[in-house]
Amino acid sequence: MGTPKPEELIQKIDLTPQWPGWMDTPTEIKPGNFCWGAKAKDLDGIGFPNPREWNPGEEDWKLPENWKEIVIEGLRERLEKYRTLKVFMDICVRCGACADKCHFFLGSGDPKNMPVLRAELLRSIYRREFTTAGKILGKFAGARELTMDVFKEMWYYFFQCTECRRCSVFCPFGIDTAEITIIGRELLNLLGCNIAWITGPVNNCYHKGNHLGLEPHAIMSSLEYMIDDIEEYTGVKVEPTFNRKGAEILFITPSGDLFADPGTFTCMGYLLMFHELGLDYTWSTYASEGGNFGFFTTNEMAKRLNYKMYAEAKRLGVKWIIGGECGHMWRVLNQYMDTWNGPADFLEVPVSPITGTRFDNAKQLKMIHAVEFTADLIKNNKLKLDPSRNDHLTVTYHDSCNTARGMGFMDEPRYVINSVCNNFFDMPENTIREQTFCCGSGSGLNASENMDLRMKGGLPRANAVKYVNEKHGVNLLANICAIDRAALTSSMDYWVPGVAVAGVHELVANAMVFKGQGKRTVDLRGEDIPGMEEEEEAEEAAESIAVQEPQEEAAGAAGEEGSE
Amino acid sequence: MELDSLLSEKREEITREWFNLIIQAYPPDTAKFLKNQTNRFANPVGHAISEAMEAVLGHLVEDRDPADVYRSMDGLVRIKAIQDFTASQSIRFIFSLKEVIRKKAQGQHLSGELLELETRIDELALGCFDIYMACREKIYDLKAKELKSMHFRLLKQANLVSEAGDPGSGPVGGNGS
Ligand code: SF4
Ligand code: SF4
Repeated sequence: MGTPKPEELIQKIDLTPQWPGWMDTPTEIKPGNFCWGAKAKDLDGIGFPNPREWNPGEEDWKLPENWKEIVIEGLRERLEKYRTLKVFMDICVRCGACADKCHFFLGSGDPKNMPVLRAELLRSIYRREFTTAGKILGKFAGARELTMDVFKEMWYYFFQCTECRRCSVFCPFGIDTAEITIIGRELLNLLGCNIAWITGPVNNCYHKGNHLGLEPHAIMSSLEYMIDDIEEYTGVKVEPTFNRKGAEILFITPSGDLFADPGTFTCMGYLLMFHELGLDYTWSTYASEGGNFGFFTTNEMAKRLNYKMYAEAKRLGVKWIIGGECGHMWRVLNQYMDTWNGPADFLEVPVSPITGTRFDNAKQLKMIHAVEFTADLIKNNKLKLDPSRNDHLTVTYHDSCNTARGMGFMDEPRYVINSVCNNFFDMPENTIREQTFCCGSGSGLNASENMDLRMKGGLPRANAVKYVNEKHGVNLLANICAIDRAALTSSMDYWVPGVAVAGVHELVANAMVFKGQGKRTVDLRGEDIPGMEEEEEAEEAAESIAVQEPQEEAAGAAGEEGSE
Repeated sequence: MELDSLLSEKREEITREWFNLIIQAYPPDTAKFLKNQTNRFANPVGHAISEAMEAVLGHLVEDRDPADVYRSMDGLVRIKAIQDFTASQSIRFIFSLKEVIRKKAQGQHLSGELLELETRIDELALGCFDIYMACREKIYDLKAKELKSMHFRLLKQANLVSEAGDPGSGPVGGNGS
């Protein structure tokens, strides 16, 4: 059935918010729902305005005296620069079709999390300052004065939007509230009012090349740890190279894959697969971040942080680039990289050295997603797979907002998962693909201090997982996004305990059969694979054991059987 | 006996009135939405409320499996626990059932049975309180776990923690943390 048509939506929904009463409900900044303010040292480190120590929970945000002028001037500038913003400010008819589509509204029950009201935060200022009706009629025309309370309200709610764009799918005019949030955050940024969880990684990335601030030796030693683990679990010794000039392909993944479980297991998956293929590729310890938290500050900062990808590809003289499993990374690459830092005319159109497939979809970008690369390998029968190695798993797939809505990337991951797992069940239609629900922690909101907010935002997704968990016994939530891997792990822990979270390449490598592999009775987490623990003994005893235990509780059982 | 049949007879009415009381905890726009959107995936909170009500009434009227009722109450309290409600606000929904039933039973001389039923409702309320506490503890636990999973490998690399203390990463199929 796909996405409902605008006409259908307008007919069905009667959700016009109280108008203009919402302006009279004061906003209280509640602990558990906001992130710590950007730190002085980080703002300073990236040359952002107003570096100071401040606490959003306190009265005084330490803003310059002319703060209001700065915001209004900033808005004027952006209205001139981005035509979409001007259009989005003018054309909303307040039909309410978007109102109940936001995971934060659904999870919090707070009407100010209705996308239409989120946009009104900015629109009300726009009307007051830039339209005649707003200047004269004020509140009756939906306009209001920018006061300190209004500014704080903007801050509170623009950092309760994950820029997921679900609302835009339902708007008959295609108004993209995510873009309004992006501009709203830029304006807040003019006064140093970003959050620590975003500006910290941005500062790190600007100086060290990745969000975690890892220096080259730390990156290499992290991968060395994985190499040891891989050898222990599979008997295969992988030998990745770093900063190797003349390699055919440069591989760039989000740095979360290097350090945070379960992303590390996905990373081990790439290492194994590339090794098995004998791929001529290299890692870079400089372009060591696929993600781009700069995207959650300003357009210019996002561009700056992105610059290193092409620059490093040029320095190393590679032909093209593969990018790891990530969400916002791909929205940034797919929609902005070429305009910002292209054209990458020193690179070639990606051609898989294994299958010969030419990725014309990446003709301009010269970079493809690891899952595209793998789907093509499988389609051409280039991976030796034994999906029964994943038989203890019943899998569902979470479409990351950015890969699904941001780049229409929905079938390849499902194709790969179905090729490496025997038990796959999609979640209900209105919660996947274009209509996918956000993990609840995207766009830099995956801090810990706002855990209540993250759980609210994560509810609609988790609710759908719970359904397939109860109906089909799903015990694994696969995804292709580094933030999902971290965020959904907590979300599942709270909402649907017993469902694990894994990247797609972890599943791929677990199902692969490698040349010269040892006896593989454990997976990439070093855990026993039910049914494979004691293959030899099982063979010996095959005759005496007539009935095999059903594998329903395989997931839980794995932990109890020890990990030797 | 008689209260039982009153509950069975008026179950629909009771459910409707109870639902209306429960959603009063939310702003009017939200309450309207919770009531009107019937797709369970488009309205997870409304769905959780209905499930909990159904299970509680099922338990009180038909003596359904208590495990069932706890599972469904968990579904609702788990939501309330992260929605900025206080502990008392989070479990109030269960007490509002008393209000509804008392009204229905008015003038029917059922006070003995009513007392007994209210005791059973109180028992459920106590259960909700435990669920609420477990949820809040879980939130703090998640914060701690995230910190650990972010830094554990780095610490290990820097030889700041040893293998002996390695809690492992949990099985696929566990909570993955
Ligand atoms: S943003 Fe679009 S869907 Fe939402 S109220 Fe405005 S016109 Fe309607
Ligand atoms: S972009 Fe996503 S998070 Fe933001 S208002 Fe729309 S639905 Fe909500």
